[in-house]
Amino acid sequence: MRFLILIALLLLTEGSANASRIGDVGEVDAWGQAVRFFSFQDASLRLALAGALLVGLNCGLLGGYVVVRRMALVGDMLSHAVLPGIVLGFLWAQTKDPVAILIGALLAGAAATGVSSLLARTTRLKPDAIQGLVLASFYGVGICLLGLVQNLPTGAKSGLDKFLFGQAAGLSGNDVMMMAVATGLSLVLVGWLYHDLLALSFHRGFGQTLGLKMGLLHGVIMLLTAFAIIVAMQAVGVVLVSAMLIIPAATAYLLTDRMHRLLGLSAVLGMAAAGVGAFGSFLGNNLPTGPLMVLAGALFFAAAFLFSPRHGWVTRVLRQRRRRARAERENTLKAMHRVLEDHGLAGVSVREGVTLAELSAQRRESVGESGERVRDLVRAGLATVSQDGHILFFTPAGEQRARAIVRNHRLWELYLTHAASFSPDHVHDQAEEIEHVLGEETVRQLSRRLDFPEVDPHGRPIPTVDAIHGVGAATEKGGLGYQ
Amino acid sequence: MMALCGLGVLGQAVGLNGRLAATEAVVTGGMLDLIPAFDWQKVVVAPWTVDIGLYGWMMLMAFLVTTACGLIGNYLLLRRLALVGDAISHSVLPGLVAGFLIFGSLGIGPMLVGAVLAGVLTTVLIELIHSHSRVKADAAIGITFCSLFALGVLLINVYAGQVHLDAECVLYGELSHVPWAEQVTVLGVSMPLPVLVMGVATGIVALLTGLFYKELLISSFDAGLAAAFGFRPRVIHYTLMAMLSLVVVAAFESVGAILVIAMLILPGATAQLLSTRLPVCFGLSVAHAALSSVLGVHLGLWLGCSLAAAVVVAGTGLFGLAWGVSLMGRRRVEIESGSA
Repeated sequence: MRFLILIALLLLTEGSANASRIGDVGEVDAWGQAVRFFSFQDASLRLALAGALLVGLNCGLLGGYVVVRRMALVGDMLSHAVLPGIVLGFLWAQTKDPVAILIGALLAGAAATGVSSLLARTTRLKPDAIQGLVLASFYGVGICLLGLVQNLPTGAKSGLDKFLFGQAAGLSGNDVMMMAVATGLSLVLVGWLYHDLLALSFHRGFGQTLGLKMGLLHGVIMLLTAFAIIVAMQAVGVVLVSAMLIIPAATAYLLTDRMHRLLGLSAVLGMAAAGVGAFGSFLGNNLPTGPLMVLAGALFFAAAFLFSPRHGWVTRVLRQRRRRARAERENTLKAMHRVLEDHGLAGVSVREGVTLAELSAQRRESVGESGERVRDLVRAGLATVSQDGHILFFTPAGEQRARAIVRNHRLWELYLTHAASFSPDHVHDQAEEIEHVLGEETVRQLSRRLDFPEVDPHGRPIPTVDAIHGVGAATEKGGLGYQ
Repeated sequence: MMALCGLGVLGQAVGLNGRLAATEAVVTGGMLDLIPAFDWQKVVVAPWTVDIGLYGWMMLMAFLVTTACGLIGNYLLLRRLALVGDAISHSVLPGLVAGFLIFGSLGIGPMLVGAVLAGVLTTVLIELIHSHSRVKADAAIGITFCSLFALGVLLINVYAGQVHLDAECVLYGELSHVPWAEQVTVLGVSMPLPVLVMGVATGIVALLTGLFYKELLISSFDAGLAAAFGFRPRVIHYTLMAMLSLVVVAAFESVGAILVIAMLILPGATAQLLSTRLPVCFGLSVAHAALSSVLGVHLGLWLGCSLAAAVVVAGTGLFGLAWGVSLMGRRRVEIESGSA
C-alpha cells in the first residue's frame, strides 16, 4: 500500500492533459488502446489510474467500517450534503482551489452530520427519513448556490460540474496529491486506531468501559469518510462515490468473517474495481470511468454473492443439497445394517448381502426408489451390487459408515432416555435427525457419559468403537472376495 | 382563490428571503454581489400578472409533483422506506434508457413501462440481496441503486448519439426546461402537455391512496394484521413501489433524480412533525406542497437559480419552521408537565 502512495507521489511531478475521458486521446482500436494502457506512456493516463487506485483503496478501507456499522447510506448522505460546502468554498477562494473546497466541504459534511443527530434527538422521525431529508435538502441548497455562482460575472463555473459526474481523466496533479494525502491519512489512522475502531464497530459499550472516547472515534471515522468522499467525488461523481464505499466492502463482508481481513480485502477489491474501470474506459471512446468502476465492483459483488465459499448463495444451496444427499445415503446404509441385524448377521459376516426387496421394505419405499438409492451408494463407493442387480453388499467403508451411524443413533436414544428422561418411544425421531450431525468426539463423550453401554433403550446392540474401526482392518486382512 | 393564497404567503416569503440574504451577506463577506438585488416587480408581481401564462403553469407543475411525491412519501416514511425512495429515484434511469432503446421513442408509454419495470426490479434485487446473503438492508439498497444508476449513465454515454436523455438533466432537472410550448386542449382548457401528464399521475396517486386508504394504513402499521385480513402485504408493497416509480418518472423532467427525494420526504416529514393523525398529515403535506412550490418559484426567480432547487430550498425552510414549532410545542408541554 505504501508502495502505491509512492507511485502516486512520483506521478505528481508529471503535467496533466485534460481529456474528458481517458480514452479520448487516441484511436479507438481496442487492442491498440489496451497496449497503450499497459505501457503507461501517457501522463494523463498515469494520473488518472493513480487517482482511481487511490480512491479505490481509500474508499474500500473506510467502506469496511461503514458497512459493518450498518451506515452504508451515510456515505450517500455525505456525498450529496457536501455540495453546498464545495460551492461556498469555491466562491470564497474565487478559484477551484482544492484546499478551500475541501474545507468548505468538510464543514458542510460536519453540518449535515450535526443536523442529522439533532433531528434524531429532537423529533420522532426515523433515521432513514432523516438521512434522506438531510441529503436532499442540502443538495437542493447546493444546486441553488451553484446556480448563483454560474450567474456571477467571475463565476466561470470551471470544473464545479466535475463534482457531479466525476472525471478520472480530468484529474490534475493537485487532485491526485489530495487523494494520496487522504489515503495516507486513512491508512495511518486506521492502522493506529485499529483496536479502538474495532470496539467502536462491534461493541460500543465495551469500548466505553475500556475508557475509549467513542464519540471522538466516531467523529474521526466520519471525518475520514467525508474526506475520502470529497476527494473521490472528482473521480467518480456525487452519486457513485457511495458505491465505491459500499460495494467493495460488502463484497469483502461476504468473503471473510475477520475484520482485518475484511478491511484488506475490501481495499484490494476497491483498487481492482478502480483499475478495471479505468482500463475499460480506456478501451472505447464513449466509456465513462466512474460508472465502469462501479459496474466492475458490482460484478465482483455478484460473484461473491453467488459463489463465496461460506456465504455464497449457490455455495449454500449446493452445500445443503450435498448434506441432504449424504443423510439419504447414511439412511440407506442404516437400513441395510438393520436388515442384516434382523437376520442375525450384522457384524458377523460382511459377505452376506441385502436384497433390494428387503431394503425397500425396511425403508418403506418402492423398489424403484430403492434402486435409485442403491445406485447412489455404489457411486459413492459405499456398496456393491451383485451381477443381476438384486443383491446389495457393503464395501468396508460402507459397513464402517453404517455402524457409525447406528452407533450415533442408538447412543443418542440412550442419552435422551437416561439423561433427559425421555420415554423410549419418543426418542427415535430426534435421533433420526441428529445421527448425521454428531461428530466423533461428541459420540465418544456420550459413550463415556453413559458408561460404555452395549444396548439401546429398545434392546438392540450398540456397535462399539472397536467394531467400527476393526472392520476395515479385518477386511484388509481377510481380503474379502466380493471386491 | 389560488392567487389570493399566493399573495397571502408572499409577505412571508419576502421576510424569509430578506433574512436569508442578510445572514448570507454576513457569512460570505465580500460576496454581496452573489445575491441579486430584490426586484419586487420582476419577482413578485410579474409571475402573477404578465407572465402568469408561464409561471402559473410552473407553479402548478411544481405543486403537482410535490403533492404526488408527498402523498406517497407519507407511506414511505411510515414504512421506513425513505431510502428505497432514494434508490428508486436513481435506478429508474437504466429503465428509461432501455425503454427508449427498445421502443425507439421518447414517448410517455415506453418511458413509463421501462421505469416501472426498473423500479420493481430494484425492489426485487434489494430483497434478493438482503434475504439471500448476510448483507444488511442498507448496504443492499446502496449496492442496487448505485449499480443500476452506473449502468444507466454508461448506457447514456454509449448510445449518446441516439438517446436524448441528458445525464445532467437527469441529475438536476429543471422546471424551466420542461417543454412548455407543447399545448394540448382538454375540456376546452389549453394546457401544456407535461402539466397534463403530471396532473394525471397525481390524480392516479391521489385516487389510489384514497381508494386503498384502509389497506395501506393497516399494512403500514401492522403487516401481520394486514396479512390476517387477507390484504397481501407483498402485493401492496410492490404496487406502492410501482406507483413510486411512476411518479418519479413523471417528475424526472421537472426536478431530476436527486431533488425528487426531497419532494418525497420533505412534505411527509414536515407533516409528521406537526401531527400524528394520517389524514391530517395528508392535508399538511398538500399544504406544504402548495406553499413550497409557490415560494420556490418566487425564490428561484429572485436568485436566478434552478427553480426546482429553489422549490426544495423553500420546502426545507418550511420544514425548519415546522421543526421550530414542534420544538416549542414540546418545550411548552415539558414546562406544563413540570409545573403540574
